[in-house]
Amino acid sequence: MPDDDLETRAVDAALDRHRRDRTRLVEILREIQDDLRWLSPDTLTAVAAGLGVSRADVEATATFYAFFATRPRGRTRILFSDNVTDRMAGNRALYRRMLAQFGLSGDETSADGRVSVGLTACTGMGDQGPAILVDGRVVTRMTADRVDAVADLVRRDVALADWPEEFFRVDDQVRRADVLLGGPWVPGESLSAAIARGRDGMLAEMRASNLRGRGGAGFTTAVKWMAARDAAGGPKVIVCNADEGEPGTFKDRVLLASHAGKVFEGMAVAAWCVGASEGFLYLRGEYLHLKAPLEAVLADMRARGLLGRSVLGTEGFDFDVEIRMGAGAYVCGEETALIESLEGKPGRPRIRPPFPVVRGYLGRPTVVNNVETLCKAHEIAKRGGAWFAGTGTRQSTGTKLLSISGDCDRPGVYEYPFGVAIAEVLADCGAERAIAVQVGGASGVLVAADDFRRRIAFEDVPTAGAMMVFGPGRDLVDVAAAFADFFAEESCGFCTPCRVGTRLVKRLVDKVAAGHGTHGDLLEIRRLQSLMARTSHCGLGQTAANAVVDALERFRPAFERRLAAVDFEPAFDLDASLATARRLAGRDDADAHLVQEFEP
Amino acid sequence: MTEIENVVVIDGLRVPFEPGQTILEAALAAGVWIPHLCHHPDFAPHGSCKVCTVVVNGRNGSACTMRALPGQEVASATPEIQERRRTLLQMLFVEGNHFCPGCEKSGNCTLQALAYDAEMLTPRFDHFYPNRRLDGSHPDVLLDLDRCILCELCVRASRDVDGKSVFAVAGRGGDCRIVVNSPTGRLGDTDLAIEDAAAHVCPVGAILPKRVGFSVPIGARVFDAGPISEVSPHLARTEDGR
Repeated sequence: MPDDDLETRAVDAALDRHRRDRTRLVEILREIQDDLRWLSPDTLTAVAAGLGVSRADVEATATFYAFFATRPRGRTRILFSDNVTDRMAGNRALYRRMLAQFGLSGDETSADGRVSVGLTACTGMGDQGPAILVDGRVVTRMTADRVDAVADLVRRDVALADWPEEFFRVDDQVRRADVLLGGPWVPGESLSAAIARGRDGMLAEMRASNLRGRGGAGFTTAVKWMAARDAAGGPKVIVCNADEGEPGTFKDRVLLASHAGKVFEGMAVAAWCVGASEGFLYLRGEYLHLKAPLEAVLADMRARGLLGRSVLGTEGFDFDVEIRMGAGAYVCGEETALIESLEGKPGRPRIRPPFPVVRGYLGRPTVVNNVETLCKAHEIAKRGGAWFAGTGTRQSTGTKLLSISGDCDRPGVYEYPFGVAIAEVLADCGAERAIAVQVGGASGVLVAADDFRRRIAFEDVPTAGAMMVFGPGRDLVDVAAAFADFFAEESCGFCTPCRVGTRLVKRLVDKVAAGHGTHGDLLEIRRLQSLMARTSHCGLGQTAANAVVDALERFRPAFERRLAAVDFEPAFDLDASLATARRLAGRDDADAHLVQEFEP
Repeated sequence: MTEIENVVVIDGLRVPFEPGQTILEAALAAGVWIPHLCHHPDFAPHGSCKVCTVVVNGRNGSACTMRALPGQEVASATPEIQERRRTLLQMLFVEGNHFCPGCEKSGNCTLQALAYDAEMLTPRFDHFYPNRRLDGSHPDVLLDLDRCILCELCVRASRDVDGKSVFAVAGRGGDCRIVVNSPTGRLGDTDLAIEDAAAHVCPVGAILPKRVGFSVPIGARVFDAGPISEVSPHLARTEDGR
């Protein structure tokens, strides 16, 4: 059958492009899906046979990532970004409008097989949303008109390449620049400075800088690098974590779009210090539009001798970078989950220790650094550790990039020295009337207005870089519900407290939001948060219920307004649950219904 | 130089360990009970169920994955930690479909036995009532995912002992489920054999050998004899018979 031929060819071609290397399974599946639209059971069987691995293992990877479709879907796949800021900007109404355009009722494929419409997690476009992904390409600034225009293009089967350029426009929106965003990239400047210092000399500068990782955890970068340098086994690996999945964060997107040279040179500096020969940039699937430009930067750097064999003519210093795409999984931002994904497996966090610096990618010593951290390493190589430590606070040196979105006049990326007060940031972005900000994304902390004097720093309010602003009139119950939805979607499912806890929290928050909650439900949410924080396998589960509990503690009246005034209230509608019985009994008279006494 | 003793203190009890042992291994070998579900002495530590979570020198961790080290003060049987375990067990019960009274694993089921031992008297949370698959296609082995708790013991047994990789976990989050290695997705089309370790390792009866269900009647089974904290097959018997 011709279809079979098409499938065999697509599978074989993808397998050959990746040398039948099982560690490249995520890439292989991505490419096959690009050709065939979805990953059928036969496709999975063929891939498993081609790689010589268990079919169940291929199925495990194919079903783990949100962007893989293991059921048939439309020729065009439209996903609406569903972060809380997208919701505030009206994404749900636009989503319903899109569904109506095709006569769909929600997260489904049209009968003619033309289009699928669904929701997805934050796409990293918080400053120019609501955004959608169309076959993996981001379309920003959705409006009702743009929904209609997209529907029309899909209906007329216009190829994505022929859509108006304007739809795909992604702006940097840098509103405040300091040394990183304001400084130029002079190719080779920082790397040659690092080489001139020698490995130990460069590491000493890193130590003097007291740079802490910008990915959220804040581990001292020099300590990480030295541990990798001292680890046995090789060849060592440098990974740039560009899986910017934390809702409300988009500063790495800007760095990759306009400062990629600094990122890659930072990776090379790291490689020089630890003695690594291989590098990966793990790019989240949502940033597919950045892949080709990044490849171009890499090619340019190879041509300049900044990557490849004998970097900058240094005998024995070989280092190159390969870009690997993610496929929609927030948990892959966790470094061990990211490494699992790089190995072609589902992105489930590993047991630690051993830490990646000792045993990481394919068991080799591996340094995983955030995009912004590597840009900072570039600065330190260029200007020295003491210079770097001169900015910021004692425990938080240097500057920090913030992605600001939500209820403010000027959303975008802001660079400040560490230690800046939240109030100052809010004044700069035009959000003086804010009632709360969520700092650090869904896993971060919710700060209410009376705490706006607090400072952005590891000593006070730490952050990977998100600041979502909630203005007057925003209901924090809705905000909490958005975060609860997010974690219930993104738990990897490995451990009990996170896999079940995220769903229980979501159900309880939804119950409260629907007016059926009681004080007991609020207590239960707090108990669950305490359990999840103490027993979950990784940071995702440990922090998943924090934002909900923050909202509960700081905006209690908002929750209490929605409570049913009883001690116990079931989460389900008693009368509605009898519908099946009524249908079976063939009656729908008044006596077949329960009277609900409670009116929310 | 004085030699550092290889001893951890668990709830005030001095427990010796061999270097390389985990806290759980050391405890069980010494006859000290720490509740656990996804751990089995024959397989690599996994650390997913979290029932064995203890507090070591003030920090939480899974006893099944944490190495025992000199100087560790381990809290395990405190009321607070027992309450956590009870909640984790309640989570597992509402997530699946567990019909204990009619289940042929009753009395041999680790989940059921742990729940009794933890004095879990109610389900506490609303049940999820998931729609899960029953696969009777294999001549000798029944796969009933209603009871599955995703401990991955079958995955580990099949991969590490049987060398077959019949099982894997597919999906993510609440969608996680055990899948089998066949193009049809049916157990009967895999190379699983009744002799395989994977066919017998399931602690809850999601994987059941056929036609032996009630050869030992309910009431005369492993955990019918006493609480799991006393009769667990993983627990070393001390001289005083504890």
